[in-house]
Amino acid sequence: MLIARVIGELVATQKHPSHEGRKLLLVQPLNLDGSNRGDAVVALDAVDAGIGDRVLLATEGFSATTSVDRTRAPIDMSVIGYIDQIELLPGVS
Amino acid sequence: MYLGRVVGCVWSTAKDSRLEGMRMLVVQPLTPELENTGKRIVCADCTGAGAGEIVYWVRGKEASFAFLPAEPPVDTTIVGIVDSVHLKRPAKNRGRKANSC
Repeated sequence: MLIARVIGELVATQKHPSHEGRKLLLVQPLNLDGSNRGDAVVALDAVDAGIGDRVLLATEGFSATTSVDRTRAPIDMSVIGYIDQIELLPGVS
Repeated sequence: MYLGRVVGCVWSTAKDSRLEGMRMLVVQPLTPELENTGKRIVCADCTGAGAGEIVYWVRGKEASFAFLPAEPPVDTTIVGIVDSVHLKRPAKNRGRKANSC
């Protein structure tokens, strides 16, 4: 799982039926210091997240599909939670 | 899933029998600002996407689930055609970084 920030939404009318009824979010994975970690990705929304939220991103098939109640669906990323706070040991950044 | 733009087609005659009739498209990965990033890849397609369209694609074993009950040996599949992108992020974070895709 990765820490990420929701930076946008996608609109797609023609898509795989298993993606119907869930928001498509553009999320930017982040490092612990808040800097960007690679390029932004598209994820299905399991928690009703909005633009600007810091979230937990599942980046593997099983966790991504089960979190949106769609098993054996072509989904490899989903937003599975909000992050309220991250606490680190001293010296870790 | 990742954003991309369809930039070409691939024809293949001798291939795995489960790939018969399947469209193979060349996709250029994109940033949310719709700038090119990373190298082009070949994707199977379950949406009927055409040249120049912006799409999103899925990677890994889940790519073959788009064609259930068949499970063709594909590892990247286009699963949606993007109508519009609503983007909102601070300008300072828009710097691109190398993509591993």
